[in-house]
Parts: sequence; C-alpha cells; structure tokens
Amino acid sequence: MAFEITVNGEKRTVDADADTPLLWALRDELGLKGTKFGCGIAACGACTVYIDGYPSRSCVTPIDSLGEAEVTTIDALSGKAADAVRQAWVDLQVPQCGYCQSGQIMAAAALLSETPKPSDADIDAAMSGNVCRCATYHRIRQAIHHAAETMEG
Amino acid sequence: MRAIFSNPTHTDGSADGTTGGFRPSRRQFLIATGGAGLGLMIGGALPGLGRAEAAAGEAAENLINPFVIIRPDDTVAVLSKHLDMGQGTAHGLTTLVAEELDARWEQMSPEFAPADASKYNNTAFGQVQGTGGSTAIANSFTQYREAGAMARAMLVAAAAEAWGVPAGEVTVDDGTIAHAASGKSAGFGAMAAAAAAMSPPSSVTLKDPSQFRYIGKATTRLDVKPKTEGAPIFALDHAPEGVLVAAIARPPKFGATVRGFDASEAEKINGVVRVLQIPAGIAVVAKSTWPAFKGRDALKIDWDESKAETRGTKELRAEYAALLDQPGKVFQSDGDSEGALAGAARVIEGTFEFPFLAHAPMEPHDVTIHFDGEMAEVWTGSQLQTVDQMVAAGTLGIEAAQVRINTLWAGGSFGRRAIYDSHIVGEAAQLAKAWGTPQPLKIQWSREDDIKGGYYRPAYMHKVRAGLDTEGNIVGWHHRIVGQSIVAGTAFEPGMVHDGIDHTSVEGVAGNSYRIPNFQGELHTVTVGVPPLWWRSVGSTHTAFVMETMLDDLAAAAGRDPVEFRLALLPEGSREAGVLKLAAEKAGWGDPVPEGKARGVAVHKSFGSYVAQVADVTLGEGDAYKVDRIVCAVDCGVAVNPDNIAAQMEGGIGYGLGHAIRNKITLTDGAVDQTNFDTYEPMRIDDMPFVETHIVPSAEAPTGVGEPGTPPAAPAVSNAIFAGRGVRWRTLPFTDNRGGAA
Ligand code: FES
Ligand code: FES
Repeated sequence: MAFEITVNGEKRTVDADADTPLLWALRDELGLKGTKFGCGIAACGACTVYIDGYPSRSCVTPIDSLGEAEVTTIDALSGKAADAVRQAWVDLQVPQCGYCQSGQIMAAAALLSETPKPSDADIDAAMSGNVCRCATYHRIRQAIHHAAETMEG
Repeated sequence: MRAIFSNPTHTDGSADGTTGGFRPSRRQFLIATGGAGLGLMIGGALPGLGRAEAAAGEAAENLINPFVIIRPDDTVAVLSKHLDMGQGTAHGLTTLVAEELDARWEQMSPEFAPADASKYNNTAFGQVQGTGGSTAIANSFTQYREAGAMARAMLVAAAAEAWGVPAGEVTVDDGTIAHAASGKSAGFGAMAAAAAAMSPPSSVTLKDPSQFRYIGKATTRLDVKPKTEGAPIFALDHAPEGVLVAAIARPPKFGATVRGFDASEAEKINGVVRVLQIPAGIAVVAKSTWPAFKGRDALKIDWDESKAETRGTKELRAEYAALLDQPGKVFQSDGDSEGALAGAARVIEGTFEFPFLAHAPMEPHDVTIHFDGEMAEVWTGSQLQTVDQMVAAGTLGIEAAQVRINTLWAGGSFGRRAIYDSHIVGEAAQLAKAWGTPQPLKIQWSREDDIKGGYYRPAYMHKVRAGLDTEGNIVGWHHRIVGQSIVAGTAFEPGMVHDGIDHTSVEGVAGNSYRIPNFQGELHTVTVGVPPLWWRSVGSTHTAFVMETMLDDLAAAAGRDPVEFRLALLPEGSREAGVLKLAAEKAGWGDPVPEGKARGVAVHKSFGSYVAQVADVTLGEGDAYKVDRIVCAVDCGVAVNPDNIAAQMEGGIGYGLGHAIRNKITLTDGAVDQTNFDTYEPMRIDDMPFVETHIVPSAEAPTGVGEPGTPPAAPAVSNAIFAGRGVRWRTLPFTDNRGGAA
C-alpha cells in the first residue's frame, strides 16, 4: 500500500505495509541511511528523528501514524543548534564507532533548541534515552556544554 | 558455473553440513586449508585479489606499497589492515604514515585494506589478518611508519628524476615536495604515478621521536565529521542494487536443530520472497528488512532439542560451586600454599561469581554477500578477515582466493566480531549457497538475535583463600577458577591452550606482578553448550576483579592503606607501581573523603599496558550508590595519540562499569532469559562518571589501549563501597549482591 509522508521538507511516497516502522521506510524505501537501527523497541535512541520537531523513535513509529506530520532526519538536520552540536562533536572528538551518534546529535540539538544553557541534570534527562555502547557519554556531556557556549558567543 | 548451481532446487543447504555446527574444529580448519596449516596456505593463496591491487590497476590511483595509495588529487589513502570498530585504529595507522611521509593532515584518508593475509596479516597473530588483543598499533607501529617513509623516498626519487636534480636536495614538508635551489615544487599527486613505478628503497631511516609532528599529538580524527552526519559507512548501510534482506530464525536453545517447519504464514507476508532452510536455521528472505523480520516472526518451527544445552544458570552455578571445592588443574605453583595457609595468623576467603555477558555492540550484526558462482564478495565489519574468508570459501566450495572481503567501519565490537568460527559470514555463505543463483543477499540481525545469540563472555566462579602473618604480610594464596575455555575446540586452541590450561581463563591471576609467596592457582575447565567468546579485556574481566578486591580485603585486615599495601607488594620501579602512584596522586588519595562519599583503587596490567584507577563514589540510602569520578592513569608506552588513549580509557571504563552495575545473561533450561535493551539494560549517560585520564610519559614500544581500561573499573568501585560501608560485593553484577549488603 502506498503512503505519502513528508520527509526533510519533501513529500515522498512509500510503498509498504501500514505497520512498517518509519525507520525501515526511511532506510530501505527512501534510501536515507543516516538514521540507524539499534534495538527496534524504543530503548536506545539510535533511530531518533524529529516528528513535527520533537525527537521521536522511528523504530516504533508505523508509517500509517504519520499523517501530515513533518519528519526530519539527521541527513537534513541543520540550523544553529545542529551546527553548534556537530562542531562541538568534532572539537571534542566525541564519536568512537559513531553508530549511535546520529541519534545523539538529534537529541542534543533538540535539547539545545529548547534549553540553551543546560545543566548536567538537564543533559542526563534529555540524553538518557540514547545509548552509546562505546560509552562516549563523558564527552557527550562536555560537548553539549561546549556547544551551548559557542551558541551564546 | 560451479557445481552447486547445477541443482538450483537445492535449497535446504543442510545436507552437506559444511559449517552447520557452532564451532569448526581445528581439524576442519586444517582441511579447509588443504592440511598444510593455517599460515602457509593463506600466505600463498591470495594473490592479486584485493581492492588495493584492483585500485592500483586503475589510472586514477597509485599504490605506492600495500599500505599507501596516492591519488592524483593529492589524497593519501592509508589502507588499514585492521578493522576500526571505534577504537581509532584507522586513525592511528594514518597518523604513522602521515608522520613519516611528511604529509599535510587534511590530505590523509583512512580506508580499509582487502583481506589478504600475505600482506595484511597481524604480525602478532602469525599469518592471520585480524584485529584483537589490543595489538593493532603495537604490531603496526614500525610497519606503517616504514610504509610512510618508503612512500616519501619514492616521491623524492620521482621528483629528483623529473626535475633533473639530486635526490638529496629534494625536501618534503607538509604535503609539498620541493627543490629550493631551482624553486621547483609539486604536490604528492603529481609525482605519484612515477613514484609508484619506482622500485622501493631497500631500507629507510625512520624519524627520531624528537622530530614527530603527528605522533604523540592530538590530531583530529578524520572519521569524526562524517559520523556526525549519519554517513552511510557501516555494513547496515550497504545495499547493492536489488539486494534482498534475510532474517534467520536460529535455535532457541544452543545446539537445537530444525525438525520441521511451516512457512505458510510467513510466505503470505507482503514482501517476503522466499523461505529456506540453511544449517544455521530458517531464513526468511524479503524485499526489505521489515518484511524479513515479520516473516521470521510468523514461522512455525519444530525444534529438536535432543542435542541442545538444557542446563540453566541455576544448574550451572551449582556445578561450578561444587568444583570450587575440588582440586583443579594447576596453572601456577610457587612454594607451599596449603602449608602457608595452615600456619597463617589470619585467612581471608572469598567466593566470586561472574555471569555470562553479551557484547551487544551498537550495530547489530549485518553482512551482505554476492556470490556469482565463481567469486564471492562480502561486505561487513570484518575483524578476522582471514577466518571469514576461509569459512566463506569452505561453505561455498571455492578457494579462499575467490572470496573478496570488503571491511567496512563497524558499529562497535568489543570482541564480538572476532569470531573463531566466523559464524556471521558463514551464515551468509550458507544462504548464498542455498539461494543458488547470483543475487546480493544481506543478513540483518535484530537486537534480540544478538542478545540471545551466544558467543558470550563465559560465566566464571573463583574461590580464593589468602593468609596473613601477624605483621600483616601475605604468606600464602590459594586460587581456584571454574569456567569454560573460550578457544577449546577451535583453530585457536593450539596457540592458546597449553598443558590443558586456556591462558584466557587465568590471565591476570597467572603471572600477576605482586610478590606473593606460596601461590597456587588451579583451573577447572567445564564444557557447556553455550558458545563463549572473548569480551573486551578477556580473562581480565574477572581476574582483575578477584585479585584487586582480595588485595583490598587483605590490606584492610592488615590495617594498611590500600595503595601503600600494593606498592609494597609490587617490584620496585615496576610500571604497575608507576600508574598506581600517578592515579593516587591525581585523585588526591590520602585526602580526607567527605561524609557520604567513598574512594577505592585498583591496578591491573593487560595486553602489555598498565592501568590504575581511583573511583570516587557517593553512597546513598540502603545499597544505593553513584560513581562520581574515575581518575585513570595509563602506561601504554609511546602515546601515539594521547586524546584517543583518553577516549579508549573513558570507553573502557564505561564498558566495564556498565556491566558491573547491572548486566548479566542468564539461562532457564538452556534458553536465554534476556532479549533486548529492556532486559539487558545498557549503561546510560546518567550512570557515567566523570573520567580523568593521565598518561605516563614513556619511550617504550606502544602497547594496546582498547581493552586495558576495562579491568580496573569494577574492582575500584567495589573497593570504594567496601571502604565506605565495610560491605564486600564479590558477585557481578553488583545488583546481585543486594539484600545481603548494608
Ligand atoms: S532502534 Fe529505535 S530506539 Fe533503538
Ligand atoms: S560511538 Fe559507538 S555506540 Fe556510540
């Protein structure tokens, strides 16, 4: 069955069953490979996208639930917070294997858009859904503070 | 066409049993290599196959030597013979080449070498290409520097010839070749074709460390920026035109086999193309991932469990515990431990338990294969390329030289991708064979497949009795270990099991650096049908915990400071003592610890590197605690990239601590109880302490950093809790001590 969904500002047609998770529609049907697969049960955040601006788990979001909603993926993520986060990730050399980092960056950029000067507790609260098996958490925390500073300046 | 295509209806693939079992024996490996032994055959079997050679044949690229390609646009590709799974190896090797080549950092490009053990073997593994044991930089340090120096010399020779000037007057700096007197200069790309045609110099002189501009400096990892953009660099992302995706239903208990199955419901699912039996289980092949998963869930399979492992954690634990009270095979015996313990003023006894652990790398396993009947091409995060190549070849009935392995960036491994039986690539080969016609096929594992899939850090138990004299000196130590051998029955057994002792079961107890008199170590190796595997820091995952918490108990019993007690037992000037002193100093060891807080220490050597950690812990209500900070000191010889060393310490600590906090794999009647990150809950950001890493300056040859950060973390925390509460947690994960504590 064909669904029309809005991804990164474009209307796209996905020919798949209604229960197909957005994650697999993005990756397998639309060729958008930035969003990664980690657990499939909303427990790791590797598949984080924005749905109408909110960080959401695409692995548990069926395509038939999207309606008119606007989906944004790491492949097209941009803006002041996203730029600051990416630069901070490079400056502090955050990624190791990098596999979780699409989701980490989506979550961090969303946090900074809402809370420009987050505390450690704010960071823990916003980021605790995003697993990093390489345990880059220490640098993620520092990089978010660093990004917050650069956004101010 | 190969013979297997003569019977396209042959789809069950199970009859010939090529790699049906979990663990090919050493004998099977020898057969696969024609009986001539691993090294010899591989060394000679793989000429001219790899991507590098193929690339060199194209005008666009110039292969200067097996490790360096210089492209006309000045890009210097460094071919990493090792997998990069986040440990920064590709970056490290790129640094070594850039250094000796006098390249500009921005022109460097880390890439992966093809599978070809004749050129790309890990010299620490003999004639096998692979990554593990924190050997990547250690075995490549001179090799990659020489490759860079050689490339530089060839560029200089090419420029000298082109400009008609003496080679001795040509300089290379920051990516530019120049001749001052004539004012001529060129980039690397302009001279690359001529350089590639030169015969390599017979010897090269390497830089003196005082001249280093990249080694020992914090260079920006070139893979970081793409990783912030979701770059499609992983095996997950590889999707050749027309690829079909398979999910495999594997046995619910290790060793079970398919008696029969009904695929009718699965075949009704939109997108499912075909269901077929392979030795590994039942494969549902679909147009894309989701229907493959859905189809797999819809299968009805009748499993034959007659040969399966049906013992659960409860039964295994009882068997291990009984063995702790029986003499085992002696792996170390100095003096008379029983006599010394009988005469000791005080004996401290401890029994320790360690669960099975899954590696759970962030990227679930995935592999793509395309077999055209002659050649097989494989794309995956390959960590033991040589074994992957052999197993795929053996399964498909072709020569290893007909298997091309494309190594991709891996989303973590922690040991999970270095598999003695290459079962992940093996399954792909089984599927390609069963499919029967040329078709790109990808096998996608779910997280449940990974968590339930075995190849765990084996469960272990230890029992230690250690005696003190009236002065508080250790007079004797008796140490018994019970657990599975990781390598028994595999091609790695001859190299790693000696006189019935698997070194990986005892390393860290055997050969520990403490001067302990009257020491006896014994091992019971048990046979369990759960496939075991090395897990970040291997034997040290349990031995460091036992040694370092016992030492703390003994220090407390002797009324001595834990750091001072250890220093007195370590040889004067030892590298253990060096890191221990540095960590203690940086952590403010000896300063008063505030109310409600506690501090603990541990030191351990693994993979030739020395690491000490001091843990600061906040004690909460009841059993609650939070690890606030870990101060880490490491001595790994020359620090090739200090920032990456720090990153590996942070990651190693997080990995060790995360599992110590709450992770375990348990079995009920042989079936794994955990399924996904809900029941095997990973460490999260709010569990992660602040980490501070200090590196001991050293001129020794570099040693590994991927694993050695892991072992001290859990014992340092157990020691802090002991210091704060007087309660000893000897079972991992810590949650399993609750109730008995406080
Ligand atoms: S893959 Fe969606 S949360 Fe893990
Ligand atoms: S960087 Fe490897 S999982 Fe986060």
